[in-house]
Amino acid sequence: MADGVKPRVKAPATAKAGEAVVLKTLISHVMESGQRKNKDGSLIPRSIINRFTCEFNGTMVVDVEMHPAISTNPYFEFEAVIPATGELKFTWYDDDGSVYNDAKTVTVA
Amino acid sequence: MIKLTSIRTLAALALAGGVVLGGAATADEEAELVINGELTLVTKTAAPDHLKDTLDTIYSGWIFRENDTQAMQTDDFDNPGMVFVDLGMDAWNKVEGTENKSCASCHNDPAESMKGVRATYPKWNEAAGELRTIEGQVNHCRTKNMGAEAYKYVSGDMANMVAMIAVQSRGLPMNVAIDGPAKAAWELGKEIYYTRTGVLDLSCASCHEENYDKYIRADHLSQGQTNGFPAYRLKDARLHQVHDRFWGCIRDVRGEPYDRGSPEFTALELYVASRGNGLSVEGASVRN
Repeated sequence: MADGVKPRVKAPATAKAGEAVVLKTLISHVMESGQRKNKDGSLIPRSIINRFTCEFNGTMVVDVEMHPAISTNPYFEFEAVIPATGELKFTWYDDDGSVYNDAKTVTVA
Repeated sequence: MIKLTSIRTLAALALAGGVVLGGAATADEEAELVINGELTLVTKTAAPDHLKDTLDTIYSGWIFRENDTQAMQTDDFDNPGMVFVDLGMDAWNKVEGTENKSCASCHNDPAESMKGVRATYPKWNEAAGELRTIEGQVNHCRTKNMGAEAYKYVSGDMANMVAMIAVQSRGLPMNVAIDGPAKAAWELGKEIYYTRTGVLDLSCASCHEENYDKYIRADHLSQGQTNGFPAYRLKDARLHQVHDRFWGCIRDVRGEPYDRGSPEFTALELYVASRGNGLSVEGASVRN
């Protein structure tokens, strides 16, 4: 597992039914491209987050495939329509097989 | 709401201004820096007494940045520097060294123990008889009290720690002491500030006192205040410490920089910090 990896999510705690809410996500990660060389001239192996997903009560909201050109600490901001109270589940997939999760409950009043 | 409107106004002014002639401040009088919608920071205020003959008003570097950059700093989630503050917090709690201690072993919660620290450093250390930066104090603690290895003066680990300490003072006014035992260092810092150097033959004052608010090619010159440090710079996506910025400035005028962490840079840091006495601590700020 890469060092210092920490997922972060900002989501509203409450929403109106059918409202599009703004979701912000960030994961701290080195996103080593695999194209850089170290002092000895050998390649530094690739180590990136290659996929990010957000699900709402089991329904996929976004599913993002990532490639080596993405910078360190990838940040995603998007909107999602919240039909009813439920849980947003965020998942990041690391090259090394690690999976990082976060979840936020949005309550529809 | 007022904040958003005023940020747009500022951007419009900056765009319309292009090259701004001296005297006409692009800084919008209404522009306010509010963090997370609750903490209002002082980004412009009357110059401290020792500077009264030179400047009327001192401005935070935030005032001179474009509206997107300004907006990033208003929300801790959008502020990329906060990632490093989190890493600094992890390091705070990490046990290291022969004494089996972490920072937290002695200093407990930094929200209590480190509050106000960023506002008063560099500070005279009576026991050691020297002027000390936060970096210097961190390394003193690491080597003497923890039995751990010192961080490199300008490094990711050090920047993270200093940023975490700075955040605890956010909103407090810069208030470094320039009298008493710190006086000699302050005088040295002042001399360095006004001494022209390098192939371009420029002093700090050439840009940041005589020509702030003008453009140096595409860069909008600020007053070179340090209240926002450590600053997250978008150009290379990392935190910059004060001595790193000094070093970069002197390199840019084709001069020969002092070492980072040297007594000369520490003296200069005290002098520059004293020029910002009254501005809110902003670290970790966002700059371009």
